[in-house]
Amino acid sequence: MTVNLTKGQAISLQKNDGGSLSAVRMGLGWQAAPRRGLFGSRTREIDLDASAVLFAGQQPVDVVFFRHLVSDDGSVRHTGDNLVGGAGQGGDDEAILVDLERVPVHIDRIVFTVNSFTGQTFQEVQNAFCRLVDESNGQELARYTLAGGGDYTAQIMAKVHRAGAGWTMTAIGAPANGRTFQDLMPAIQPHL
Amino acid sequence: MTAELVRGQNHPLPEVRLGIRVSAGTPVVAAVSLGDDRGRAHLPECVAHPGAPVLPGVEVTRQAAADHLLTVDLEAVHESVHRVSVLLVLPAGGAHPARFGAVAAPRVAVSRPDGTELAGYTVTGLDSEAAVVALEFYRRQGTWKVRAVGQGYAGGLAALLTDQGLPGAAALATAVEAAASPDATRAAPAPARPPAEDRRSARPATAPSGAGHGDAATAHGPGTARPASADAGRTTAGHGRPAHPKPPSDTGTSRPPDPDDTRGTSGSSATPSAPVPAASPAPSPPEPEASAPAPGQPPAARPRASGAGPVDCTHPSRRPAAPPAPSGQPAQPVAGDATGWSMEERLYNQVRGMFEDLARTTAAYRSAVDFADDRRDQELDQVLSDPRNRIDGAGDAARDAVRARHAELVDRAGEVFDRDLAQLAAESEVVEPALPPAYARWDYPVWHGYRVPTQTPMAVRLGDLHLPESPSLRIPLLIRLPLERGLWIDSGPSATDADSAADDAGTRRRAVDVAVAVAARLLAIHPAGEFDVHVVDPAGSAAQALVPLVQAGVLTGPPALGAAGVTEVLSRLTERVDLVQMAVRGGAPDALPAGLGASRQLLIVNGFPHGFDDRAVTRLRYLADEGPAAGVHLMLVAAREDASAYGPLLDPLWRALLRLTPLPDDHLADPWVGHAWTYEPSLVPPGSAVLHLVLSRLAKARRHGSR
Repeated sequence: MTVNLTKGQAISLQKNDGGSLSAVRMGLGWQAAPRRGLFGSRTREIDLDASAVLFAGQQPVDVVFFRHLVSDDGSVRHTGDNLVGGAGQGGDDEAILVDLERVPVHIDRIVFTVNSFTGQTFQEVQNAFCRLVDESNGQELARYTLAGGGDYTAQIMAKVHRAGAGWTMTAIGAPANGRTFQDLMPAIQPHL
Repeated sequence: MTAELVRGQNHPLPEVRLGIRVSAGTPVVAAVSLGDDRGRAHLPECVAHPGAPVLPGVEVTRQAAADHLLTVDLEAVHESVHRVSVLLVLPAGGAHPARFGAVAAPRVAVSRPDGTELAGYTVTGLDSEAAVVALEFYRRQGTWKVRAVGQGYAGGLAALLTDQGLPGAAALATAVEAAASPDATRAAPAPARPPAEDRRSARPATAPSGAGHGDAATAHGPGTARPASADAGRTTAGHGRPAHPKPPSDTGTSRPPDPDDTRGTSGSSATPSAPVPAASPAPSPPEPEASAPAPGQPPAARPRASGAGPVDCTHPSRRPAAPPAPSGQPAQPVAGDATGWSMEERLYNQVRGMFEDLARTTAAYRSAVDFADDRRDQELDQVLSDPRNRIDGAGDAARDAVRARHAELVDRAGEVFDRDLAQLAAESEVVEPALPPAYARWDYPVWHGYRVPTQTPMAVRLGDLHLPESPSLRIPLLIRLPLERGLWIDSGPSATDADSAADDAGTRRRAVDVAVAVAARLLAIHPAGEFDVHVVDPAGSAAQALVPLVQAGVLTGPPALGAAGVTEVLSRLTERVDLVQMAVRGGAPDALPAGLGASRQLLIVNGFPHGFDDRAVTRLRYLADEGPAAGVHLMLVAAREDASAYGPLLDPLWRALLRLTPLPDDHLADPWVGHAWTYEPSLVPPGSAVLHLVLSRLAKARRHGSR
């Protein structure tokens, strides 16, 4: 069962059987720009990027994005940059895998963001979505539809933070503007 | 001339009286079974084992040992015997590895009575098997031939004998195990010890048990054997298969898969996920429906019940190396538990995985501790700057709270770190003994069983790496072959203790020792004649350290002395690089003159830049840049300050070389997070004869090859 998250809604990443999640994947998918005429290579490609920022308290400690695909501790992995998007059929074009059990003890929250590197706003992108999946069974935990999301080039998706022994996810869904995650840092701060 | 066999290969035998030398890194039981023309052994008396060591024409040793010498007289065996199989079995028992994947690959060599080797076979690629058919001799048109089989059985000897159609296989397996005396072998030392020690401590095993079981192997009734039989059957069936496919069908042993076979065991093999590791059969109650036949069943029913187990059609490198771990616990580490096409590649990838995991887990620990420190400092500042805390004990209490928070976080980080280290240490314990010579330290037993390889390995171990947080966990520094960069063994004062001067001579001597150890290793792991070493020692200062290489006669020539020698060797190698480059560019590598074949060259330069003029320095730099692509590699033993007269001119040369230090020094960074790792060279242990042994075998192989 997929939860279509609304802004500020929190879901606990406890499984139905009481065990907490061990691994989640943030997937990002969008439809490639339509080919233009004869010189297909001059199509203005749409490049969305998924990033994850690891915080210890208020302090950003590490970041996983297309230039740094694995966090230093190895617990957060980006599967690689996709520069053009996919078929728009719901498959993930970029994914970030988080092994929650291996996240270092001092990191207590992880914020996921999406940026439009090529500058198109989400209004112009077809079939863009972002979702969180429980990696152990492939079940979708939450999904956002980005497409038609307004005149923004970035979105702060969600944060996963420690609560007791396990982890909880809170949907943020705050629109922002920026080319990479660095531009979003001021926008992230209020949501920590 | 020794033929090195590969799995499935056969070889004609010029003699019928043969010695079979078994060398394993760990105590094993050796047995011989005699089969008919279909490979079936009909009676327990058809198996020579420690409990019944002498059969007509066959004699085996009476105990588990790391080295065996069996004798076989193929004239003397009964004429109905068409197949003589040499079996190796790991003895059961606490201190022993329970599977061949955890120990060095055993080697079996067939020799003439005078000791000349006829054929050898290293049983590689084993994993969860506890028993293996290493070799078999078979009649072919009136003569005998030998074939490398390498068929392993996860279910141990019982499964193996069952597959050979032996009635009462499990009873016999139990008898063999008892005869090899698990009581004594259990007390035997761990597999990492040199084989000689294993042999010594395993010897007392024989006296009591060997006598008791002399030729009464069949005396064990079904009653005693029943539990083991059921157990062995369950292990085989539950695991689905032994991990290796049958040898090619020309062996005659492999039966076509009988549909009834699969049906017969499908009940038990349908649940392969049962977390019973095949390697450690736990005692279990007898199960009448288990697939191994009870000793009293009519022979006709037997193959049907047991046949499905040993036939395995999966690709050997595609199977999961580790049994599924019980949920909630980290998997038991297994040697070779990584992707790859061969065991060597899997081990390489596994070592690399361990390297990355240690780097990352240490990064996690360090960053947690750094964060805790920062937070403590900030909070202490706040406490100090808050005027309210200057009243009585409020400040102290606040400081204590801050420190407690710090300690709590550091403790938690330490717990996680210790858990990870324990897992990596356990993995290292199983991986290290399984490493082939190219990846093994000089003090590992695998070097004592050294054979000249027929293939160049993927990589070479240049030393060990460790981090200050975990000094006991050593990661092998494996460098891919052929070497892409030259090596620079730094004979200058080390950065860590710069009191030098007095110690200078010692460091230089040690640097040459490292160079000799690395060069000897490179020589040993390349096939004979495919790796040549040239030494330039202008001042003659390394003469003493080079003695092992010179005496064994594995160098291309004596170390070149003086400026003239430098010029001569450099111009020879430069010319070689030029010719190879020309040939490659011209697309005519076949046109190279004789002697300029595919063999790789290593140039060792000691005491650079002594004896080098500007022209020679230029040539050396040319070799460092262009050599690797043309098969000429450079090893420089030098101190950087000796070359200070050249100023920054030589900086690119130093940077282009991989620096190794003769003393442990933290100068190597990993590619993931950039920790400074402490490098320690792998030296031949003082007083060890292993270098001599290895080099003399190599020299012998070269002489044979050049004839």
